[in-house]
Amino acid sequence: MFGLLSGLIFLPLLGAAVVLLVPRDQVKWARGAAMAFALAAFGLAGALWVAFQDPAFCDPDAHFCFVERHAWYPAIGASFALGVDGLSVTMVLLAGLLVPLAILISWEIAERAHAFLALMLILEAAVMGAFVALDLLIFFLFWESSLVPMGLIIGVWGGKKARPAAIKFMLFTMGGSLGMFAAIQVIGAALGTFDIPALLNAWPAWEGAGGSGTYLGVDVGLIKNLTFLAFGTAFAVKLPVWPLHIWLPDAHTEAPTSGSMLLAGILLKMGGYGFLRLVLPLFPEQSADSAGLMGALGVVGIIMGALAALGQRDLKRLVAYSSVSHMGFVLLGIAAAALARSQVAVTAAIDGEILEMFAHGLSSPAMFLLVGAIYHRAGTRNMDELGGLWEAAPILSGLMILAAFGSLGLPGTGGFVAELLVLRGIWSVFVWEAVLGAVGTIFLSGYVLKALYGTLFGEVQPGEKNLEISAREIAAVLPLIVMLILTGVLPNWILPVLNRAVMILLQ
Amino acid sequence: MIPVLSLIFLTPIAGAVLILLLKPERRAEARMIAAACTLASLLLSAFVYAGYAGDMGAINAALNPEPPAPREGPSPEEIFRMPLEERLALPEAEPAEDAPEDPTPGFCEECFRYEERADWINAGPIRIGYHVGVDGLSAPMLLLTGLASFCGVLISWKVEDRVREFMAFFLLLTAGVYGVFMALDAFLLFFCYEMTIFPMYILIRAWGWKETRQYASMKLTLYIFAGSVVALVGVLAMVFLGGKAAGVYSFDLFDMARVSAEGAYDGRIVAGVPAVTLAKFVFPFVFLGFGVLAGIFPFHNWSPDGHVAAPTAVSMMHAGVLMKIGAYSAFRIAITLLPEGARAHLPWIVLLALINVLYGALIALRQRDLKYVIGFSSVSHMGLVIMGWATMNVTGLTGAGLQMFSHGVMTALFFACVGVIYDRTHTRDIPSMGGLLRPLPLTALAFLIGGLASMGMPGLSGFMAEIPILIGMWNADHALLAGEWAVRGHYALAAIAAGLGIVITAAYIFRAVQAVFLGDGPTEDIPPSSSLDRFALIVLALTLIALGIFPQIMAPLIESAVTPAARLLGGF
Repeated sequence: MFGLLSGLIFLPLLGAAVVLLVPRDQVKWARGAAMAFALAAFGLAGALWVAFQDPAFCDPDAHFCFVERHAWYPAIGASFALGVDGLSVTMVLLAGLLVPLAILISWEIAERAHAFLALMLILEAAVMGAFVALDLLIFFLFWESSLVPMGLIIGVWGGKKARPAAIKFMLFTMGGSLGMFAAIQVIGAALGTFDIPALLNAWPAWEGAGGSGTYLGVDVGLIKNLTFLAFGTAFAVKLPVWPLHIWLPDAHTEAPTSGSMLLAGILLKMGGYGFLRLVLPLFPEQSADSAGLMGALGVVGIIMGALAALGQRDLKRLVAYSSVSHMGFVLLGIAAAALARSQVAVTAAIDGEILEMFAHGLSSPAMFLLVGAIYHRAGTRNMDELGGLWEAAPILSGLMILAAFGSLGLPGTGGFVAELLVLRGIWSVFVWEAVLGAVGTIFLSGYVLKALYGTLFGEVQPGEKNLEISAREIAAVLPLIVMLILTGVLPNWILPVLNRAVMILLQ
Repeated sequence: MIPVLSLIFLTPIAGAVLILLLKPERRAEARMIAAACTLASLLLSAFVYAGYAGDMGAINAALNPEPPAPREGPSPEEIFRMPLEERLALPEAEPAEDAPEDPTPGFCEECFRYEERADWINAGPIRIGYHVGVDGLSAPMLLLTGLASFCGVLISWKVEDRVREFMAFFLLLTAGVYGVFMALDAFLLFFCYEMTIFPMYILIRAWGWKETRQYASMKLTLYIFAGSVVALVGVLAMVFLGGKAAGVYSFDLFDMARVSAEGAYDGRIVAGVPAVTLAKFVFPFVFLGFGVLAGIFPFHNWSPDGHVAAPTAVSMMHAGVLMKIGAYSAFRIAITLLPEGARAHLPWIVLLALINVLYGALIALRQRDLKYVIGFSSVSHMGLVIMGWATMNVTGLTGAGLQMFSHGVMTALFFACVGVIYDRTHTRDIPSMGGLLRPLPLTALAFLIGGLASMGMPGLSGFMAEIPILIGMWNADHALLAGEWAVRGHYALAAIAAGLGIVITAAYIFRAVQAVFLGDGPTEDIPPSSSLDRFALIVLALTLIALGIFPQIMAPLIESAVTPAARLLGGF
């Protein structure tokens, strides 16, 4: 039977079909339908979150819950298999929360609104599918198909230079996953199955054809190293890891506000999710061997991202580079987990890493939303041309300060708990990286304060009209900020779920 | 018992005759008859497909016969667990009787449905007959032919020049294609194969693009004709030289498969050279002879020119279905009947296929003419079909069959889009187009879906075909023998290199989409697409999506059809 998880995928798809069937001139109905379906999907995600913690529905000792398996492509040993653990439900909740807010913020898009809304819902279905897939081929299917709606959202509804940015985004991520595609083929050809739970045991133990230590005449160790590299590259491009991040600032800058929100809020998380779900469990030895490199790249990402952000004049670009910096923390957590899976202290690092993904998934969309609100009214995102918003638009400024503090990782917000946990967790394995990462947070605060100062204070620029944020935009940003503060003040509403994922991951 | 297959084959011929009886000015009637006949054949093909798919249980049972009943007494495992005394007390086991060696022919004869058989020549040992039937490979191909021909008629509704003749020749072409896919007699197969060439020549020569039609139609005809003659000579050699040993000179494919299973084609043909058997000698001629029509490198040269010069419906039919005739016949005759030759030659032919994939994609990247882009992309994609055949295992062969169907629908969709665009802009020059998304949104969407399928985007049919081919490539570990040297592992390297072809495909598709549908261009006076065009585009695009989401609607059929051949070739 099809269950809750299938519903998470098919409900948005159904919504997309409904939106496309609404007559062309009834834009309001299309918006309403899209919103209704997005909210219904959020409801399902919330129900999943609650049910996951209820032992009546989900055995706390089971690796994956709500598992569904349907025959799909037996000719090559692939099945439509879905299931969730604590990591998945967190990401599903984040995606479910962000999509209705993104639809709300793009309420005013009138040009080809039906197509836009349908693409949003298709994107949601693809992302949900990637987060709950338990079959490598199904995961790849959803992973790749999330690119098309995102590329179209950027390319068609984006800014003036959106098309090159959209193509750059598509080619980078597709090129990145090409190696993964080949690696999936090798795994499927070698073991005859794509089932992730089965592979988690079988692939690390695999010793070549008939245990001979070779496969196709090539040493098994080499094959494992190459497939590890292929998987790692695909997820590193998406995360993005410095220096593979160069598609990101353009894509973010040119995307419409809602596109930036989903790109930063969900799509980047697919990279971190891939590392935790596939790379670390499938390639434990290779991950441990390259943990030093990953940690170093993470630190470089933290510092370079922050420095690059510090150099921007365009607010949106600044927020985009800050994502690179935050994702550096995620990579740092992954590296620590790869190096020392067995150490208890490291569990804190992984907890923090997942929490960082969650908190960044709240703060970054909030920042993009507010920057979009400013751009919408002032017509510019250049800090040199902005100023004095504190007086002109106090509510907007207040929200901006809250979101920026969340991004900064100030105590009392989710980002603080996350970064603290990451740094605490890696302290035992990566002393220098921990120190440098902590220094990186100083740069982080530098660019946030610079952005706040440049826009909120200083002289009021002449000729600016009413800059105050509208009620609809407040409604879109408030849930993000509330969640961000809630996670900072009471992190225990989410940490037990994360911990369950981590304990299973470390087994 | 209604002769469904004969009806599918004869309906277009009857329609062609009927149309030619009309007065030349009765254009509307000619169009309606053509549409009705192709639709009738499409519906009958869908009926055959559904009937075959519904019978898969029986077909799989015929394919995998019940293992012989287990011997009485305790099973080996039970014996193993017995205490030693009990084991010694067991009666002496009789040696199991060996089942009589049953030569397995390349066809599972019980797997064919809707068979019809009528003798034509049955003189002593020589047998030629009208023998048709479908298995899991031909049923999807019939469906593909129906889709492409019906949508082709819809797309050519606006043809005003000699409608009567156009539609009549188009119907004859369609009938010939149907005939090849249902033929179970080599003679009938060749008859229908040649039957497609003549209308094709006329259609391109008379209704094609004025600039190149003379050159392209002649080039195409000569290439395909030469290829088919080479293949015919090979088949005649099989029938007469191989038949001499078996005492049957039969063109019936079932008989030929039995002759092959008895080893009649493995005889030496050159005294003193043991390595050259009939199968090994004839295989390249038959395979590559048919391969010409499949666009195999280096005999692909006719294909882009021909596709570009042809009118839209003929391009759809040609790239969509006709190239599949070549690949289909290469599998049906060369691989199935000459497995020994296949094992000897396919390990190097896979390299030709790799050149197809990469070279076709690279050349497509360089084209200015939108139709040439699609033409070369066909060369690239047909390379994947040949690659799938060359894997010689069930997974790869299944992928090749799926790729034939998927590419057929996809390329028909592409040419339909290009036709819709050309009819309105009167140009196919990519740099001078732009912004067509605004006047032709549905065409843009259809082209994008085709493009995504073409680059193997998961969720569309192209991916579902490419992944089994590539997995089959990884599993195929046939050595490439060249004299003293044996190269191993080149299949895996070719699989990696074919992955590069996917990147290049993505690049040329993005380039075309970007330049034609986005960007700026004169779009004010472009009329919207007609509802018939839109209907055709939607049907084709939905087929791509349906197969991409539910590969199971087709994969088991093809798998059942390629399994006997794969067993002969020793790959599972």
